[in-house]
Amino acid sequence: MSGFPILSLMILVPLVAAIACLIADAPTARRVALVATLIDFALGVALWANYDIGGAQWQFTERAHLFAGFDWALGIDGIALMLIMLSVFLMPICIGASWLSIEKRVGEYMAAFLLMEALMIGVFAAQDLYLFYIFFEAGLIPMYLIIGVWGGAERIYASYKFFLYTLLGSVLMLIAMLWMANEAGTTSIPVLMAYDFAPGAQKWLWLAFFASFAVKMPMWPVHTWLPDAHVQAPTAGSVILAGVLLKMGGYGFIRFSLPMFPQASAQFAWLVFALSMIAVVYTSLVALVQHDMKKLIAYSSVAHMAIVTVGLFAFNVQGLEGAMIVMLSHGLVSGALFLSVGVIYDRLHTREIHRYGGLAINMPKYSLFFMLFTMASVGLPGTSGFIGELLSLLGIFQLSSWVAAVCTTGIILGAAYMLFLYARVIYGVQKNADAAAMPDLDTREWLMMVPIALGVLWMGVYPESFLAPMRADIAALDARLAQARPVGDSRLAAAKPATAAPLAPPAEAR
Amino acid sequence: MALLQALRIVAPEELLSVAGLILLLVAAWAGDKASRTISILCVAVLAGASAMVIPALNSGAMGPDTSAFFGQYRADAFAAFAKLLIYLSAAVALIVAPPFFDRFRAMRAEYPLLILFAALGMGMMVSATDLITLYIGLELNSLAAYVLASFLRADGRSAEAGLKYFVLGALASGILLYGMSLTYGFTGTTNFAGIHAALAHGVGTGALFGIVFMLAGLAFKISAAPFHMWTPDVYEGAPTPVTTFFATAPKVAAMALTMRVAFAAFGGQVAVWQQIVTFAALLSIVVGALGAIGQTNIKRLMAYSSINNVGFILIGLAAATQAGAAAMLVYLAIYVAMTVGGFVAVLLMRDADGEPVEDIAALAGLSSTRPGLALALAMVMFSLAGIPPLFGFWGKFVVFQAAVAAHLVPLAAVGIAASVIGAFYYIKIVKIMYFDEPAGRITGKGDASHIVILAASALAISPLGYLATRWLGALAAGAAASLFHPL
Repeated sequence: MSGFPILSLMILVPLVAAIACLIADAPTARRVALVATLIDFALGVALWANYDIGGAQWQFTERAHLFAGFDWALGIDGIALMLIMLSVFLMPICIGASWLSIEKRVGEYMAAFLLMEALMIGVFAAQDLYLFYIFFEAGLIPMYLIIGVWGGAERIYASYKFFLYTLLGSVLMLIAMLWMANEAGTTSIPVLMAYDFAPGAQKWLWLAFFASFAVKMPMWPVHTWLPDAHVQAPTAGSVILAGVLLKMGGYGFIRFSLPMFPQASAQFAWLVFALSMIAVVYTSLVALVQHDMKKLIAYSSVAHMAIVTVGLFAFNVQGLEGAMIVMLSHGLVSGALFLSVGVIYDRLHTREIHRYGGLAINMPKYSLFFMLFTMASVGLPGTSGFIGELLSLLGIFQLSSWVAAVCTTGIILGAAYMLFLYARVIYGVQKNADAAAMPDLDTREWLMMVPIALGVLWMGVYPESFLAPMRADIAALDARLAQARPVGDSRLAAAKPATAAPLAPPAEAR
Repeated sequence: MALLQALRIVAPEELLSVAGLILLLVAAWAGDKASRTISILCVAVLAGASAMVIPALNSGAMGPDTSAFFGQYRADAFAAFAKLLIYLSAAVALIVAPPFFDRFRAMRAEYPLLILFAALGMGMMVSATDLITLYIGLELNSLAAYVLASFLRADGRSAEAGLKYFVLGALASGILLYGMSLTYGFTGTTNFAGIHAALAHGVGTGALFGIVFMLAGLAFKISAAPFHMWTPDVYEGAPTPVTTFFATAPKVAAMALTMRVAFAAFGGQVAVWQQIVTFAALLSIVVGALGAIGQTNIKRLMAYSSINNVGFILIGLAAATQAGAAAMLVYLAIYVAMTVGGFVAVLLMRDADGEPVEDIAALAGLSSTRPGLALALAMVMFSLAGIPPLFGFWGKFVVFQAAVAAHLVPLAAVGIAASVIGAFYYIKIVKIMYFDEPAGRITGKGDASHIVILAASALAISPLGYLATRWLGALAAGAAASLFHPL
């Protein structure tokens, strides 16, 4: 497989399909999009199968000097591999979720999604600073159109807010990148990851990158675009937004902020912790009082992402691994939750929680899947959520028991709002006749739910499959961070080794 | 021999003037029915002139061999780069005009000739290395432009545009002339190299006033804030093909002229003009962005957009380095492609009777009625907003890169943050075209030549444009090097 430009191919397939969708009629566009995303998923599986765990840090590298000042440089490590897998896994499901619910301008819709897929893979595979920025920013255009054209009633406000918020966050990052390339004389991300910037400069660079990633993540208090965007976006838009786009923020921290500016990261860790602690408690409480299902899940995303940020800035292996697993798990689980909302939204065309109730009676299969994803979101052992949250909190506990204590309340609050949601929608009496008449999952919805459910259980029962490819990369990052690691408050001290009293000699020997 | 050498150097200008005079006679005898033939011939002449300047661009010509008439004129790679853009824009203005004017039965044989003479004047502007050459070129271009602005004589808005352009243009020329007279008075020469040498040991108050007045006059011509007020009125009133021309060729010429004046004449005293340029750059970005928000006419919006773009180009000038000059040239090339695309899309906005429509509200739902036009205009808008992967991003990228390399990080940061304000109105156009219900007003068929040009510029600003960055960057770097090469 070496030498074969599989990453370029993975970017090219959806692009070509997107152009085909633009000129095709609706049924053809749906099929083209599904086939293209399945091809990309197959390529992703091939990528994972051929990824050499424990081999070179950067694999499947490609470099072509196509542009002035930067290169078409692609390559992945284990972290990028996992996020690419998440993207290509969710995309066919998104196409499936839009199969019937999108009726107008299907070709353009599918083209926007395929373009989005190409850009997401590009973001995670880019090995050149400017190439990364182009992919990172370009994602605004298709998402702006997806929210604005196919969204709900308040879609225009939400699309503006999404676009301008994220753009404002990102532009300063570009200036920082220009400065870095000017200073280091290279735009190669692997080289820059080992470059030591002066501590004074690191501070400004870190803040510029933080502005971008904090908005993308999103962290409190710049999270307000997310609930609007989620609520207004069509179901598949929400899935991809929560599933993958938010991960770009976390990926940015792990790829840029931490390895490139370790000193500044340590210096500003308190800021990240403070914002994350507020996010965990505040957005969880806000989620508790929502009437709109999508909004509730959107706020829960902010809370979960805060667990990611504390894990990332814990400066140890457990925290980093936990953050990655939370990201992957949240990608699956929040995607699945939005899909679940989409399933009943397609039937009743409302997201108001009180319009439902007692769905366990007429939709038992749906209730089962919704239960599984709710439990995964809460972090029940055996599901993916548990592994990630446990590792993240273990990581941060080594650094600060206070931060760990506050963030752990998020799990309790998470259980509160998710179970409260589940109880109101699924249990109780069937107070609305139309909700009571809804049919259970059909084959298409079944096919969308089962793969995610299997993924959630797999990650929960045997996370080693997902941790193994990332282990070497996280260890390398941990070694890089060692120079700046803040002192923890647990004050671990090795006790004085006590010498065991010599055993009394056996009586026989006397 | 020196004369022959000089005549060889100015060959493109000779071709344009001789061809212009001959075609003028043809027009006088054959009348307006020959206007289409004359247009075609003018495009051919411009193509010939382009072919004559290409070798200088490719070889990165610089130094004494490119200088003619005792240092009054230079045909170096820098001039060649600007001339190519000017000739290209002029050719576009010629090609898109006949279908537009035919509607009003106003296609006259003078139109192609005026464009040709304006192009000649602009060619002189970008080659000028003497204040006198500069002024002759500038006025030749301006006088042609005043007539072009009021070309639809029967239309009140067009006449108003011509008059406004004339009065304010004359004021700007007066300011420029005053600055030139001060500069001449305090340096004793009109030659750029001479001025550079005379100012080598510091700038006195008189010369300082000269520099400031000259920059103010030039800021009028490039419509940089705070001297931008005429732009929206003139762009709105002038016939759309003429607006297409105004927004491209004279912008390139005046910007190149400003660069030549700043670097060749005042290059030794960067600190004197750098803060003026920085101020004008940031103000143009903000004024262009804020002014555009309330507009209801697409041509006025594009006018503010061009003010906004001039601000970004001036950031490259504020960097005051060779890399900054190269970045400005790259930006200008991309700007021409975007602006041509934008205005040709405006030309394609016709109602059922074929009447031109300029209301932004009429664009509502264009994506469902005219998907191709909407896609192209959306690409232009995202490109003007500088959103990757469209090619407009590259222009902004290179000027900010130059600013950061020149250690002007605060300027770059403020400039790029202000670009977000501009993004608001660009994405508003996209919103109107894609999110709103169809207004159903733009239903008329477009002319084939317009569609071809729109498709070509859409292709140029598409992500495929990045494949041209190395080539474009190398040409611009060569041109910038020739600008910095001493005589």
